[in-house]
Amino acid sequence: MKKGRLILTVLLMTMAAALSGCTGGKTADTPDTRITIGIPQDLDDGLDPHKVSAAGTKEILFNIYEGLVKYDETGALIPAVASDYKVSEDGLTYTFTLRDGVKFHDGSYVTADDVVYSIERCSKAEGGQDPLVPPFTNISEINKVDDKTVEIKLVAPDPDFLAYMTVAIIQASNDDPETKVIGTGPYKFISHTPMESVELEAFGDYWGEKAHIGKVTLKIVSDPAAIVMDLKGGSIDMFCRLTDSQVSELKGSNFNIEVGTMNLAQALYLNNSVEPFNDVRVRQAICYAIDPQEIMDYVSGGEGTEIGSAAFPSFSKYYDPALNDNYNRDVEKAKALLKEAGYENGFSFSITVPSAYTPHVKTAEVIAEELKDVGITADLKLVEWDSWLSDTYTNHNYEATVIGIDLNPVTARNLLQRYTSDGHGNFMEFSSEKYDEVFAQAVASTDDAEQTALYKECLQILSEEAASAYIQDLPSFVALNNKISGYKFYPIYAQDFASLYYIDEANN
Amino acid sequence: MPVIKSIKKIFQKYHGFNFNAGLIITGVIFIIALVGCFYTPYEPTAMNVSIRNTAPSLAHIFGCDDSGRDVFSRVMEGIRNTFFISTMTVLIGSGFGIILGAAAGYYGGKFDEILMRINDALFAFPSVLLALVIVSLLGPGFFNVTVALGIAFIPSFARIVRSGFKSQVNMDYVQSARLMGAGDLRIIFVHILPNILPVLMSSVMIGFNNAVLAEAGLSYLGIGVQPPRASLGLMLKDGQALLATAPWNALFPGLVIVLMVLGFALLSEGISEAA
Repeated sequence: MKKGRLILTVLLMTMAAALSGCTGGKTADTPDTRITIGIPQDLDDGLDPHKVSAAGTKEILFNIYEGLVKYDETGALIPAVASDYKVSEDGLTYTFTLRDGVKFHDGSYVTADDVVYSIERCSKAEGGQDPLVPPFTNISEINKVDDKTVEIKLVAPDPDFLAYMTVAIIQASNDDPETKVIGTGPYKFISHTPMESVELEAFGDYWGEKAHIGKVTLKIVSDPAAIVMDLKGGSIDMFCRLTDSQVSELKGSNFNIEVGTMNLAQALYLNNSVEPFNDVRVRQAICYAIDPQEIMDYVSGGEGTEIGSAAFPSFSKYYDPALNDNYNRDVEKAKALLKEAGYENGFSFSITVPSAYTPHVKTAEVIAEELKDVGITADLKLVEWDSWLSDTYTNHNYEATVIGIDLNPVTARNLLQRYTSDGHGNFMEFSSEKYDEVFAQAVASTDDAEQTALYKECLQILSEEAASAYIQDLPSFVALNNKISGYKFYPIYAQDFASLYYIDEANN
Repeated sequence: MPVIKSIKKIFQKYHGFNFNAGLIITGVIFIIALVGCFYTPYEPTAMNVSIRNTAPSLAHIFGCDDSGRDVFSRVMEGIRNTFFISTMTVLIGSGFGIILGAAAGYYGGKFDEILMRINDALFAFPSVLLALVIVSLLGPGFFNVTVALGIAFIPSFARIVRSGFKSQVNMDYVQSARLMGAGDLRIIFVHILPNILPVLMSSVMIGFNNAVLAEAGLSYLGIGVQPPRASLGLMLKDGQALLATAPWNALFPGLVIVLMVLGFALLSEGISEAA
């Protein structure tokens, strides 16, 4: 009996070894290769590429949808669905020539009608609201010249206009982009199981360099404590944006750690419309009480880059390190400001944080400790991602929150629009007449130097009025199974799954 | 006070190993919790970047966590919070449980039938699941978890008290008390309750046990005590991610939970042996 069991065990083990040998993947671009990538949050804000607001959703759609142009890993705009474009001398007419043979994931070819439809969908202002892409109010007309050419006319020249042409191209016949996820990117969408996973598959008819790994499974790991175990246990091959202690926990295992930046503005965002944050002195006091460097020491072993306003370092045209010194830690000054504002004995408030984002949760803990020194009590309120999106981001039902705001397309207008009094996504309810005025001037300006100066003034105002307590652009530690290589960092918040490949495969 | 008298009786009656061991373990933990209200070696939330994840030493006997906080101080605060929550839970649970169970068992009839069917319906859900539902309605937090667990624990107490009353209500001493003109309330609380106390005490201890586990479980799931406050379950969860590099983060809170549960289980065992 015992012997029989032994033989069976040996047999099973041999079979397991043989089977795992098969899946090891010495396969060049065959559809069998698979990678499982852990993501901290579900796609709770939907899948409509023109409507999603969460950076975590956008970075996945980055692989599924493309615009006429798209960002490469240096941050430059390269032609995608369009093969070429011309700008008229007065800067008012953009003519795009569509690339030959670009197919949607359902096999149909991209036509000029699809392009016109997609851009029109984003420029329609319904019911007095801003269009889906607010700067598209600048478009006066969109014309289909012929089957391969689309012409867009502007009201006023805009040097940043091309960046908005990264807007996803969808089919004109697509009446429900929320459920019909059909784009032109290197990966096509297969399925989404809420709270569990998202399945993607390499698109065989992709116009450019095809994806190397056949199947991508995005597994939702909303419990931060499970990340390291899932990585070590082999149920996920990759996870982005780890903390430094999670990284040290992975030492000696079969993971390579890549280091880049997250490209977002992490801050203690304050709801400017609730007491006591409607008082600029209180907001400034909080800025004085917080020390970004100390937060970096705790969260990421000292790495990260301090920010003093809404712009982060990779957006180098507007990032100004001088703003970082507007509020160096000064407990006495913070106390004096609080006293002036009538909060001599401090006050208490709660910081809402999405529980799945470990770096943000740890940041909030450090902030709570720092605020104690000036007599302010901060309680943490950990919430699920979907309730963060609905309660905090959409309904502004919060006092303060720690989150990072990404930027795509990378334009100053896109970055700063949300701080205008009625701006879309102004969840901090920041409202300043001076800011609105300068922003409007900047948008209207046609001279690049003048415009840049005005946008910089906007950033300056955000810092002076302490719209929120800006902290840092976090470093991004990416754990990647050492059998896989090719991870690319982008200067925007994006994940490029198509560049990943199994190392065996490259040697062949 | 007949209730206190019969508790005394239990203590006098039994000095077995289980009872004594349980008493010592829970006693020590209780003292730590009590001390934790007034004194901890370090501020439980005070961070220090230079000692992140350092191993246990003389200065920090349980080591330091990922933010350089003293694990021993946090364990003390955690025990205090867990003790407080589980005591309140058992108080709420047994308080309402006794009232409902006594009423149902004493009066019987349709009233008993209706009350117990509702009770059965609630009892069908595991108490932690029921607490989860209540917490998701009330929102997470220290106070809400206490209330949620308290409500979730009512059905089990009500059932035990009711069956105790059912067995006593027709006994001679109850009949004679009634003949002597004692009121219902007097009979319930002065005559019957002391007689079912050994059973009740044993289930109170088991209740403590379950409350400690439930609180740790809810905090582990992130809906109990909110950081940066310490709770054993929360520490276990945070420590779990650092098992290879800083095992003391999870080890000590885990050990304390085990000891607490063991202590209450031994006590309960000892009491039911004595009865």
